[in-house]
Amino acid sequence: MHERSLIYIAMALMSVVVVPVIALTLWFAWRYRASNTKATYAPKWSHSTAIEAVMWGIPCVIIAILGWITWTSTHKLDPYRPLVSQVKPVTIEAVSLDWKWLFIYPDYGVASVNQIAFPVDTPVNFRITSGSVMNAFFIPRLGSQIYAMAGMQTKLHLIAREQGSYEGLSSNYSGAGFSDMHFKAVATSEQGFQDWIRQAKAAPAALDVAAYQVLEQPSERVPVTYYGSVAPGMFEHILHPHAATAAAGQPMEAMPAMAGMAVAPVHPTHAKAAE
Amino acid sequence: MFGKLSLSAIPFDQPIVMGTLAAVLVLGAALLGAVTYFGKWGYLWKEWFTTVDHKKIGIMYIIVALVMLLRGFADAIMMRGQQALAAAGAQGYLPPHHFDQIFSAHGTIMIFFMAMPFIVGLMNLVVPLQIGARDVAYPFLNSLSFWLTAAGVVLIMLSLFIGDFSATGWLAYPPLSELKFSPTVGVDYYIWALQLSGLGTTLSGINFVVTILRMRTPGMRLMQMPVFTWTALVTNVLIVAAFPALTVALALLGADRYLGMHFFTNDLGGNAMMYVNLIWVWGHPEVYILMVPCFGAFSEIISTFSGKPLFGYKSMVWATVAIGVMSFLVWLHHFFTMGSGANVNAFFGIATMVISIPTGVKVFNWLFTMYRGRIRFTVPVLWTIGFMVTFVIGGMTGVLLAVPGADFVLHNSLFLIAHFHNMIIGGVVFGCLAALNFWFPKATGFKLEERWGKWSFWCWLVGFYVAFMPLYVLGLMGATRRMQHYDNAAWQPYFVVAFVGAAIIMAGIFFTVLQIFVSVRNREANRDLTGDPWNGRTLEWATSSPPPFYNFAELPKIDQLDQFWADKERGTAYRQPAHYADIHMPRNTGVGVFMGAFGTVLGFALVWHIWWLAIAGLVGMVASFVARAYDRDVDYYVPAAEVERIERARLVPLKNLIDRVDVASSEQRVA
Repeated sequence: MHERSLIYIAMALMSVVVVPVIALTLWFAWRYRASNTKATYAPKWSHSTAIEAVMWGIPCVIIAILGWITWTSTHKLDPYRPLVSQVKPVTIEAVSLDWKWLFIYPDYGVASVNQIAFPVDTPVNFRITSGSVMNAFFIPRLGSQIYAMAGMQTKLHLIAREQGSYEGLSSNYSGAGFSDMHFKAVATSEQGFQDWIRQAKAAPAALDVAAYQVLEQPSERVPVTYYGSVAPGMFEHILHPHAATAAAGQPMEAMPAMAGMAVAPVHPTHAKAAE
Repeated sequence: MFGKLSLSAIPFDQPIVMGTLAAVLVLGAALLGAVTYFGKWGYLWKEWFTTVDHKKIGIMYIIVALVMLLRGFADAIMMRGQQALAAAGAQGYLPPHHFDQIFSAHGTIMIFFMAMPFIVGLMNLVVPLQIGARDVAYPFLNSLSFWLTAAGVVLIMLSLFIGDFSATGWLAYPPLSELKFSPTVGVDYYIWALQLSGLGTTLSGINFVVTILRMRTPGMRLMQMPVFTWTALVTNVLIVAAFPALTVALALLGADRYLGMHFFTNDLGGNAMMYVNLIWVWGHPEVYILMVPCFGAFSEIISTFSGKPLFGYKSMVWATVAIGVMSFLVWLHHFFTMGSGANVNAFFGIATMVISIPTGVKVFNWLFTMYRGRIRFTVPVLWTIGFMVTFVIGGMTGVLLAVPGADFVLHNSLFLIAHFHNMIIGGVVFGCLAALNFWFPKATGFKLEERWGKWSFWCWLVGFYVAFMPLYVLGLMGATRRMQHYDNAAWQPYFVVAFVGAAIIMAGIFFTVLQIFVSVRNREANRDLTGDPWNGRTLEWATSSPPPFYNFAELPKIDQLDQFWADKERGTAYRQPAHYADIHMPRNTGVGVFMGAFGTVLGFALVWHIWWLAIAGLVGMVASFVARAYDRDVDYYVPAAEVERIERARLVPLKNLIDRVDVASSEQRVA
């Protein structure tokens, strides 16, 4: 995992300074204790250009190296950067709610609560928002986390290299039910994924505005549930509940182009029109 | 009539809270009763509450800080207890809403009402003495600052018993802190407690910037200021620059909650990210506001007890200034995961690492101050060495978190919690306790007992490592912060160890309290008659312990760094001036107390929407201030004869003592 080797490299670099400093601190403290009258005492000595040059120079060099590593790794590990792969990615729209996760598969027209599935070795593109307060979408064993914020869309690109059921969670405190805001991320075979989609499609419930309004009420430890169909534009409706969207039963207006976190606030007159 | 307030606001159903309330009522009644019984009200009012003397105000700040340390720690150990129990399906003993309030209160109290008062208290106590001034630039404002802080303390303590406290974390991120998601008064308590104390802190900042720039004794150039004063200058500039951002952020949040505005709401154009940016524009400088004066205290301590000038004074000063400037360029590292993009994240990550350069330089300064010194292992030195070792470890984990790629997996985890406690405990708490032991004799006239001080140090040091090393590991294992319970049974042993660590820290706190208690009881045995118990280097040691209310009978003359040390070497210290002059001093005033009291009323009334009372509180505050503005009797002259009497009473007996001390120290030098 890239993050892990990054952590090791950074730690090793810093140890170049930190370990000698700790050792010297303890050694000097012992060596120059008042009772050790054999040690040199230089009561006036307080300056040495050579030492000062070294004590500014070494940290500068280390930070220069670390800074370069930071610049490159930040761009390489940027969660917004799509993963390079021959395989067609799966898109999942994730919505944090009080206190559960709603996942919409726009390409398959299904949705689920507190569980996702995707094929291994396939890039997964997450579009993330919140239907209530701020959360952070995080599947620790698969890599980065990113905030989920209402009215805004964040992105995350993950890929699972091994099959398995990974623990997913919100890492950002969001109120009383926060501790149970977990979900399962199932990385499975292509066949297993298709089976999962079929299972979801078979569910009788449909995710539309009315169903969403029921779902968004605060609840805890919500069992895994599936929605066999999803009204078009649900994610946009959740992003901008006051704007007229397809899911709200009105003609879709031109949505502001949403790139990353830069989101045009919904104009008040819009909101009035929707009410 | 009483707004939202009714009897149901008192949480009768919560045994922990009610037990605490009973204890507070009993102890409070006992305390008030004792003051009444011994007839000390007049003394307290005249000598302490209405004082404008920076030294007494400093002592009051530190007392507040120590009391709030106990409160904040009570929250901490309850959290540790909860998390040690609530594993794999168990729910522990604190329900979510209570647990959430506790971690919010812990953070809020420790930063705003423990660390800040401690730091401001130390600056009050030491800075005017170090620069040879008779008081701060605005003595009344100083008193007002303290009482506004006290008002914040009262509000936050009231929230424990009347209503509830914020359950939104110590920074109250919206939209969770908006009315829709936090409809109770908790966040309102948070807002008004912080607004009142924040106003006090801002005024303190202005006061100290002016004091340090304008009130230095004649001849003291900036590059001759003691390092602690330098760090205080940088910290107060940071306060003046950063605290308005906090005030604005909280005011806008307040406008959302009280006036139906939409600055940070989910709908109608609100944007919570704005709050997150604003709060961290204050929040990151804030950690340096706390840390930088501790750097100063450690510098004074290590130099004094090594018997050497600080190594690389200029490096230290410039490193401090650099840290101060750069502290405004790193705030975004608190939310790399907000999706700002790789360029922005990389910029703030690298800026954060650059700050570690001057910080690292400081560690080398201390290191080479010890080099070829004669280190006396007093309690302050133990704290300093414990700090140096602990702090570089925290610095290392901090730089790691500054790498966005790493932060994307470590953010919001217990690794982060371990990191900042590593800095705040290892840096700020160790620094404050080192400084307390170092300057205590100056403030009170007697030293603190070494024995219990050493017990306290070892418990804190060991307790810190036992409590927080498991949190680093837990963070790497994927444990997030603020969990009321968790499913992974494998984490529990680490949480249990962390709880044991917290218990060891509790012993450390107990020994600190015991140390102070025993020292006060045995004060006659530990008297500091010279005013210079540690063989100090800077001006505060040139005057008596405690200093007379006017600090210096004659303003000291400065021609170098470590002036007092040089004076002692040249044999020119403790000289009686040929003749004394009248001294111009500010008069005590109760206006600060009144304004603080009205401020408390105002805050409480706003919390509960009792509008008539809020108006009364505000009018009271303004009226007190106006009355003060028209008061012409705010200062007086201490006649030269009285100054001479006080000085002679000290210096004549001191003469014999000094001769003896001189003989002793020269013997030591020969050896």
